[in-house]
Amino acid sequence: MPEITLTVQHKTGLHARPAAMFVKTANQYKSVIKVRHGEREANAKSIMGILTLGATQGAVVKVQAEGEDAEQALAGLRDLVESNFGEQP
Amino acid sequence: MRVMRGIPASRGIAIGPAFRFKETEVRIERNRVADPSTEIGRLETALKQARQELAAVLAKARTETDAGTASIFEAHAMMLEDPDFLAGIRDKINTEALSAEASVADETEKYAGKLEAMKDEYLRARAADIRDVGMRLVRILLQVAGSPTEGLDQPAIILARDLTPSATISLDKSLVLGFCTALGGPTAHVAILARELGLPAVVGIGEGILSISDACPLIVDGSEGTLVVEPDAATLAAKRSQATVLAQKGSQSRKRAGEPAITRDGHRVEVVANIGNVEGAKSALDAGAEGVGLLRTEFLFLERAHMPDEEEQYQAYRKILDIFGRLPVILRTLDIGGDKELPYLNLPKEMNPFLGLRGVRLCLAMPEIFKPQLRAALRAGVDRGLKLMLPMVATVAEVRAARRILDECRSELAAEGQPAAQEIEMGIMVEVPAAAIMVDRLASEVDFFSIGTNDLSQYTMAAERTGGSVSALADAFQPAVLRLVRDVVRAAHPRGKWVGMCGELAGEPLAIPLLLGLGLDELSMNPPAIPLAKEVLRGLTLGEARLAADAALEMESSEAVRKWLEGKYPP
Repeated sequence: MPEITLTVQHKTGLHARPAAMFVKTANQYKSVIKVRHGEREANAKSIMGILTLGATQGAVVKVQAEGEDAEQALAGLRDLVESNFGEQP
Repeated sequence: MRVMRGIPASRGIAIGPAFRFKETEVRIERNRVADPSTEIGRLETALKQARQELAAVLAKARTETDAGTASIFEAHAMMLEDPDFLAGIRDKINTEALSAEASVADETEKYAGKLEAMKDEYLRARAADIRDVGMRLVRILLQVAGSPTEGLDQPAIILARDLTPSATISLDKSLVLGFCTALGGPTAHVAILARELGLPAVVGIGEGILSISDACPLIVDGSEGTLVVEPDAATLAAKRSQATVLAQKGSQSRKRAGEPAITRDGHRVEVVANIGNVEGAKSALDAGAEGVGLLRTEFLFLERAHMPDEEEQYQAYRKILDIFGRLPVILRTLDIGGDKELPYLNLPKEMNPFLGLRGVRLCLAMPEIFKPQLRAALRAGVDRGLKLMLPMVATVAEVRAARRILDECRSELAAEGQPAAQEIEMGIMVEVPAAAIMVDRLASEVDFFSIGTNDLSQYTMAAERTGGSVSALADAFQPAVLRLVRDVVRAAHPRGKWVGMCGELAGEPLAIPLLLGLGLDELSMNPPAIPLAKEVLRGLTLGEARLAADAALEMESSEAVRKWLEGKYPP
């Protein structure tokens, strides 16, 4: 199963607008996508799950996808996080 | 007539009838249901209705408030689509044969509980959002009749235990004169919204307000933090004229906000701002601030997993200093400890954190935190109006130790060939009574003093100011506190050091005659308070203010001081 590691640079962390964008992006893919932060794991398509990861600025998260569009899903999420959610860093 | 006190959350005076926000009392039966598929059907219908309701609320929020409030409801809408949340509810219905409402309530609590257990303050506050969404579903499922504002048909003062974001936004603002809540602090949703709407609000008044009946005449004073129940004719007349004057003064003072504050006899007091980030810096300039009397640097350190490095701090400080050009900006070094803790420092818990390792004590104990901040500040201060200020100083030795570290940073930067600010003033906050008493000795070590009245009051009165039954004692109008302020100025001025004030008292219009009379050179306050403070100063003379201060210092209680000031300087 493909997996990528991302660092959340956004100052808000994976909350509020970044969390919403993350979930919306994940929902564009059919794959089952899991996000891990330390010992916590969440479904990337669940806003409540993402919030309860407690991923603040600087958090390192692992994202795993399984399904026909797994590679595309991971690339999409990577672009989102690495572009700092479309904001100036 | 009855006067109740709470926490002032949004300025202004409102006079009108009470309206009790109807709390929907819901009783959720936990009986097993015969047919789970019926419950699933009820759930789907309720979800549909909730989505429609939220779409309407969101549209309203977008037109009435700023983007921040609207984004709260966008998140609520996403929660209603959350696959895990919905699967959890369906699963409970199917496997435990629980009713739809009980299943919703259980799942809601599961997530809300997880968030509440988090260290991050922002995430803890999100628990309220999840409950708001859950309650919406439960209310629909139980067909709880009537909206919380049923019967609100004339402008009124809203009384509630607490107000959720949904409840606040769904209110028809043309019918709201002001808000009073039993619970909550100055950062509650309702406080933020009230300030956005420019309506007066007092929060944290206590359960007592819940027994006030509808239509009962009230006065809310969001500046004083009071709620007057059934005011007598004299109080009513006085508050009415106050409200009129406030409205007139507000528009007049905003027009002249950019002009300096010079008393009628030609004495100028510097009026500057307390800020904690870049946005605050911009609004401070707009409000007429002549600089920054207190730049809190904690914003860079809180709500995150690691300490910000020197470079990040440099960028942030420089951005703020650039906004003010050569105007003075007093950067207060990290003030952590007390009620503010940093999870990544893993400091041991203290029995009395307010009497523990906080402010400069912590910085001196942990140079790995202090040095990067000082280096970042020195670099950011090149050709800017930077000054440094140490919080929580109690002894001369602390100032000397901090200076040594500052000098070390300066020589390190010089050795590395990095540009750094050379001649910068360094001052201290006077918030520990020991410092107030030792100003004559401290004066040779520092360039200025700035009195932090919030902590100085709590330490002088030995009464915690954050909630608690003794918080009323920790009042900066206490003659004991005012006498310390006098002593600080008396010891500092002859030694050529200026004295400012950056506690809440500095922005309190009622206190300004006293502060002028006590000889403060600079007053630093939240940006919205600046225009009015300047206007008050312009109406005074230094001579009369000195007499007023002398009189107040002889009084025996904070109540007496306030009452006397209210009589002499009606707002």
